[in-house]
Amino acid sequence: MATVTLTIDNVKLEVEQGTSILDAAKQIGINIPTLCYMKEINAIGACRICVVEVQGARALQAACVTPVTEGMVVKTNSAAVRASRKMTLELIQSNHPQECNTCLRNNNCELQALSEAMRLTEIRFVRPAQSHSKDDIDNSSPSIVRDPRKCILCRRCVAVCEKVQGVKCISAVNRGFETIVAPPFDQGLNDVNCAMCGQCSLVCPTGAITEVDDTGKVWRALDDPSKHVLVQTAPAVRVAIAEEFGMEPGTVSTGKLVAALRRLGFDSVMDTDFTADLTIIEEGNEFIKRVTEGGVLPMITSCSPGWIKYIEMYYPDLLAHLSTCKSPQQMFGALAKTFYAEKKAIDPASIYSVSIMPCTAKKFEAQRDELTDSGYQDVDVVLTTRELARMLREIGIDWESLPDEDYDAPMGLSTGAAVIFGATGGVMEAAVRTVYEVITKEAMPDINLTPVRGMEGIKEATLKVGDLEVKVAVAHTLGNARKLLDKIRAGEADYHFIEIMCCPGGCIGGGGQPIPTNLDIRLKRIAGTYKADEDLPIRKSHENPAITAIYEEFLGQPLGEKSHKLLHTHYVPRGVYRKPEGLPDKVPSGDHH
Amino acid sequence: MGAECKCNCDQEKKLDALFAQYKGNSNGLIVVMAAIQEVHGYLPKDFLVKTAEELGVPLSDVYGVATFYAAFSLRPRGRHCVNLCLGTACYVKGAPDVQTILEQEMGIKAGNTTEDRRFSLDLVRCLGACGIAPVLTVNGEVYPRMTAEKVNEILAKYE
Repeated sequence: MATVTLTIDNVKLEVEQGTSILDAAKQIGINIPTLCYMKEINAIGACRICVVEVQGARALQAACVTPVTEGMVVKTNSAAVRASRKMTLELIQSNHPQECNTCLRNNNCELQALSEAMRLTEIRFVRPAQSHSKDDIDNSSPSIVRDPRKCILCRRCVAVCEKVQGVKCISAVNRGFETIVAPPFDQGLNDVNCAMCGQCSLVCPTGAITEVDDTGKVWRALDDPSKHVLVQTAPAVRVAIAEEFGMEPGTVSTGKLVAALRRLGFDSVMDTDFTADLTIIEEGNEFIKRVTEGGVLPMITSCSPGWIKYIEMYYPDLLAHLSTCKSPQQMFGALAKTFYAEKKAIDPASIYSVSIMPCTAKKFEAQRDELTDSGYQDVDVVLTTRELARMLREIGIDWESLPDEDYDAPMGLSTGAAVIFGATGGVMEAAVRTVYEVITKEAMPDINLTPVRGMEGIKEATLKVGDLEVKVAVAHTLGNARKLLDKIRAGEADYHFIEIMCCPGGCIGGGGQPIPTNLDIRLKRIAGTYKADEDLPIRKSHENPAITAIYEEFLGQPLGEKSHKLLHTHYVPRGVYRKPEGLPDKVPSGDHH
Repeated sequence: MGAECKCNCDQEKKLDALFAQYKGNSNGLIVVMAAIQEVHGYLPKDFLVKTAEELGVPLSDVYGVATFYAAFSLRPRGRHCVNLCLGTACYVKGAPDVQTILEQEMGIKAGNTTEDRRFSLDLVRCLGACGIAPVLTVNGEVYPRMTAEKVNEILAKYE
């Protein structure tokens, strides 16, 4: 491979041809500061913070977009470089509200951190009026808030929405000081083709895009003695929340999470993993039924609400491919106000059902009109991992000293198959573990389905299940989902079963997870997820005794009448910019009750 | 599409031909938008949605382009486009007084169109004719050395 020799800050080094100055400098231990740059997603030289001096060049060069050349001499620390960076920062700050103390991103803000690192001591340029006002804040979405006052126009959100998710519901509008990153036609995010995935909120360097903060609702419920407040925790939260308290990414902290929720005062702490196991039973049986009775194939998973909104908008003609299973969050919600209420003799009207999710789209899902099969809104409020951490910090939880505690019955027991729902490929692996044994009535020789694990965008595997060759595919990110869906539309997809997760890496990389979330951190959370699976005594959903019990006591049969009513749902063809013509109002079109 | 055909149908056909020519091709974005602006005098929302769908360009990008270039307008334009220069020379020679009178007579603020669609009034920066400042143009026709007194006489020429 061709290399180039250059000098950076008097250090001679050899790097691969095509390397940017930014990456080359890393090799000698210099992290050139950036605000708009994101590896492989956004290298546009827009923020001008990464400028360096290149000998012989007319002006300072943006290190993120300037490739090294043979014999290049670079200074990353000269007076001109430092002065330019500081001036740029000062100018950005001059149009930025100085309200760090009350910002959701206080102490976790790249603009703030950079101002601190550069010892910005004053902002000399004060604009008579800033470009955007509080009236421009977009509160329309149940998932995401846009505050254009805090936007530094780095375009990271636009890049992730376009290049990772293939949606691009926001773009730069207007020009000059009037520029605003926004949906078209002054609409709110709730009115446009936003999947609510929240990846934009993960990459925003400031507080311009954040999750909707619902902690106030939960505090009010916890303070209300007439409410029975219960909580469920998603698989991906337990491998990420410790990061909010300074622990290494991927630390598995299931027991501490349960203890922390009890400290907050929840009346019952149960687990979404229980309904993840239940999903496998229902979805596995639905799959077997579709294969044996000639149903629509490939069948596609339906756990990820950002993915569901995306297919409803972009591929409404393919909705019959979706499993009719509700997501584990919504199965839990429906059972909490029926099964659990009956068993505990609690009036379901007094139950306040909270879920802790790695996901901003779950907030949207909980508010969907049709997810009210208990007779109430099945899940009352959704908190992201970040919001839960905020509540715990508020009451001074010392994470490291928390004991490990167990979930409450009857929806607290789960298996390794449920834990791996949090990683891309996990739902498929969990389903295969069960479907194999249900069909063949034999133990699966190796339950680790490694070909569907890992960060590759689209993964495939073929398995022999009895007489059947089952072909499966797994995709994460909506951009990769689109590739599979186009194959289905073209009639070129001969898969039986497809798992799709909206976010990169699956839910462990969800839009509600701790910031930062990057490739390295995603890999660590995935490793933690598979470790949690291996450490659990039961690793197959159909071997969960609590699942056997709920069918015996309450549900009856998988795909039976009660399951059909409480655990399955329908989907809504939405279209991208307007309602599609010639499609039913919902799919499946019959009443699912 | 719900948009009415207020112009002649040959022009609508020209638009349809452009949509067909650039189907799935984002390179045609500016060409198509310019044609819509020419046919309708502005960019009706329905046509921008159609542009996004036909060319396969995100609507947010279409809207971003529409709001970036001064040549595009998102609101209906009047039959007569009145541009007043507010460049430095025109400004010091009294253009602000002309602006006040124009806004009074039309009953609108600059940047808008009269309810009867008779006039659109816009402020521009330096038309390069500083020797005859302040300069007013109506539909491209140049009126030199404008004063507040001349405004009514000129507007009366345009129905």
